[in-house]
Amino acid sequence: MKKLLVFFSVILFATSFMFAAGQVEIFSWWTGGGEEEGLNALIELFNEWYPDVNVINATVAGGAGTNAKAVLKTRMLGGNPPDSFQVHAGEELTDTYVITGLMEPITDLLAEWGISDKFPEDILSICSYGGEVYSIPVNVHRGNVIFANNAILEEAGVDSIPLDWDGFFAALDKIKEAGYVPLALGDKNKWPATHLFEDVLASTLGPDGYKGLWDGSVSFDDPKVVEAVEIFGRLMDYVNEDHAAGTWQDATLMVQDGRAAMNVMGDWAEGYLKTLGWTPGVEFDWSVVPGNEGIFMVVSDTFGLPKGAPDAENAKKWLKLVSSVEGQDTFNPIKGSIPARVDADKSLYDVYLTWSMDDFATNALLPSIAHGSAAPEGFITALNDVINAYVTDRNVEKCVDGIIEAAEDNL
Amino acid sequence: MAKKKGKKIIVYILLTVFLVGFLLPIYVLLATSFKPFDEVGKPLMWNWPSSLSFDGFAKAFDKLKGNLINSFILVIPATFVSAMVGSINGYVLSKLKFRGSNALFAIILFGMFIPYQSILFPMITFLQNIGLYGSIGGLILVHIIYGLPITTLIFRNYYAEVPTELIEAANIDGAGIFKSYWKVLFPISLPGFVVVIIWQFTNIWNEFLFAVTVTSDPTKQPITVALVNLAGSQVVEWNVQMAGAIITALPTLLVYIFLGKYFLRGLLAGSVKG
Amino acid sequence: MKNYERIFSDSRFQTDLWNTLYFTIFFIFGCLFLGIILAILVDSKVKGAGIFQNFFLFPMALAFVVTGTVWSWIFAPGILPENPEGINLLFNSIGLSGLEWKWYTSTDSFINFNFALIPVIIGAVWQMAGYTMAMYLAGLRGIPSTFTEAAMVDGASGWQIFWKIKFPILKPITFSAMIILAHISLKIFDLVYAMTGSGPNNVTDVPSIYMWETTFRANKYARGSAIAIIMLLLVAIFIVPYLVSSFKSNKRA
Repeated sequence: MKKLLVFFSVILFATSFMFAAGQVEIFSWWTGGGEEEGLNALIELFNEWYPDVNVINATVAGGAGTNAKAVLKTRMLGGNPPDSFQVHAGEELTDTYVITGLMEPITDLLAEWGISDKFPEDILSICSYGGEVYSIPVNVHRGNVIFANNAILEEAGVDSIPLDWDGFFAALDKIKEAGYVPLALGDKNKWPATHLFEDVLASTLGPDGYKGLWDGSVSFDDPKVVEAVEIFGRLMDYVNEDHAAGTWQDATLMVQDGRAAMNVMGDWAEGYLKTLGWTPGVEFDWSVVPGNEGIFMVVSDTFGLPKGAPDAENAKKWLKLVSSVEGQDTFNPIKGSIPARVDADKSLYDVYLTWSMDDFATNALLPSIAHGSAAPEGFITALNDVINAYVTDRNVEKCVDGIIEAAEDNL
Repeated sequence: MAKKKGKKIIVYILLTVFLVGFLLPIYVLLATSFKPFDEVGKPLMWNWPSSLSFDGFAKAFDKLKGNLINSFILVIPATFVSAMVGSINGYVLSKLKFRGSNALFAIILFGMFIPYQSILFPMITFLQNIGLYGSIGGLILVHIIYGLPITTLIFRNYYAEVPTELIEAANIDGAGIFKSYWKVLFPISLPGFVVVIIWQFTNIWNEFLFAVTVTSDPTKQPITVALVNLAGSQVVEWNVQMAGAIITALPTLLVYIFLGKYFLRGLLAGSVKG
Repeated sequence: MKNYERIFSDSRFQTDLWNTLYFTIFFIFGCLFLGIILAILVDSKVKGAGIFQNFFLFPMALAFVVTGTVWSWIFAPGILPENPEGINLLFNSIGLSGLEWKWYTSTDSFINFNFALIPVIIGAVWQMAGYTMAMYLAGLRGIPSTFTEAAMVDGASGWQIFWKIKFPILKPITFSAMIILAHISLKIFDLVYAMTGSGPNNVTDVPSIYMWETTFRANKYARGSAIAIIMLLLVAIFIVPYLVSSFKSNKRA
């Protein structure tokens, strides 16, 4: 009996201690591989900094966060926000949550921590609405990269990945003659096709024209949009005919196992190639997509502060951690992305990521469409449909009309 | 006698043909789950792993074990309550005719067709109002309610097979409504219960969307959420994922094997004779 | 109302309706047909029938997310003819290369039936036929053996017993199976989503995926619920005849 009493009082003590300590619920879709390890390292660091706060790691998996986004929307609109959540920088945050009045501005916090000038201006402006910052970018992926199988390029007689479309199509022809799939694509989930299309769009419009699409200074019936649709259509002549059966991962695997020469993908593909045993610069090479010199297509994960967060003070501690150099340099080398801060420690990153960091510091930073930054989610969904149909029917006029209609509907 | 033997052989041949077809995907599942990560994928899918790797199973089990118990806490009460209530509903709707019973049945049927996705918002608000949001208790309640149309439907049609005379005979003997259910209908309901329990157990065990929306604390989530969370948002380790799927399916499979035995007995026949 | 107009003029939704129609028909009849054959075979009381029975039920225990992926690998066509994958590779290696086909990446159709749906239907039937079998088994076991014994005394053959005695008794079971399968086919989401996505040009798209994307990705909540309402009204096509016939038969009894 006595033993039992002691046991219960210990339990009681332990639990009351836990409750007194407070907690913070962090919502994300980082559930597997490097991203999960990176998140766990961040949580570990958080526990070092704030040993009295218990982190609830609420993750929901599913292709590029599809499930997570639905659960998050249900919770946010239902008045049950987590304390802080992962969201792509840009419209995915502002159109869905800021305009609807569900987020707290954090401009003052950045000033208080003295880090307002530690992020590139282009990035902070993507995270802002109406002059206030609403989320803190923790990592940056680059969207407009081509990864290539060096052995196949050599066999086909292609010295390097051409940076202009004419040269690129000539190279694609050579590879086709050599008997390989020139360009691997896996668009079962629709967005990989849109991902490729946005890079082509950036190449024909240039950085200013591309930005102009979103502030209304460039119209969607611009001839350069039509040109992008045409180039994208020509590219479809060089992709694997079973593209609709695969994911981006299948497409990258085609490059790795020697069936295809090249693949346009975000640089998470680099992390995947590395887990498959390849070394950057040895078995595979990379380059920006043709016409994308000086352009860095940004895919960035950010964290914000929802209104009515149950533990707002602890959430601020989390934001402080992810915005710090230490936090960013803990997370990014493991996740295989680059830090959003410009003053991070370069020596921690591999040869590809260092290249990407250099460009990040000097290039024009453009918001990605396919990954939620440039346009509201309604536009992305509609554009995905239009591009998906175009890949099959190749009707340029219908495709351009569809894009214009999607823009009228959603922008 | 020879004819009977020939028939048996035909039955076996047919069963085996179907079995091979059924096992084809299972083979892929098993082979993939035993592969190291670099052999996973479409090109090598038919190959048996070059060397058996238990990485997938070890990793999957490590991440799933904590959520296994939550699933049992969820599934067992939800399955039994919805099966019991469904059985009584089925009895009332098939054997006790009352005004509006047809209309009630029609409404219940429509309820079955409401898509999961469109009740998410009202469901969350409701659970918040009654203070069960975020708990397994809330999830149990949701599954009981959402499962009722199907359990009711199955029992109603199952009882439709049972001769009404049986109940009437009991009524003449002076048994009340519930007594005649307990004494006459319930004992012969076992095959019906088997079908309903298989359905409910499988569906609640494998249900993901409600589970992930209602419970956000990973220590309270059922196993399916953990299973889906084995996948990363960008890279999916299919060997771990498929090993996880096999581990997750094992309890359900045990339920099938256990309940399946009742199919092999002619339960109803005995009780009708008696 | 604007939402409803928009949806009906939307070519994707029109494709969805055709897909649902064909998917539902083939899926329900596939499951019923396979289910009753399996039930009869398992019911024929040969040794080991129980083991077979468990194997046929097994697919149902697996989560759709995973089976969807397995099927998507099996029916991935590869690059024909030189680089077949999945089942095409299997056909190729046993000399049946004539059967190689583009499966769910095919964009061919016949009277609005997208052939790409065929692999999806196969996957769905595989998963649910076992349960249909279980429902029929419960029904067969529920038939008092006195019925069949009496018929056997009268000299009826196995087939006669089945068609004349068992089949009519199984009618209510068939109805519940049809309703359950119909409701699965209208709600089907995970399997299609994991297996094919929406397919090239939406050839394998279904309303639940469209609704999901409209509601939770495009944030068009009103339009999303409009799709759900339309689907619910379409359900009446299945339910009303069922209710009418079931109430009629009740009256007779």
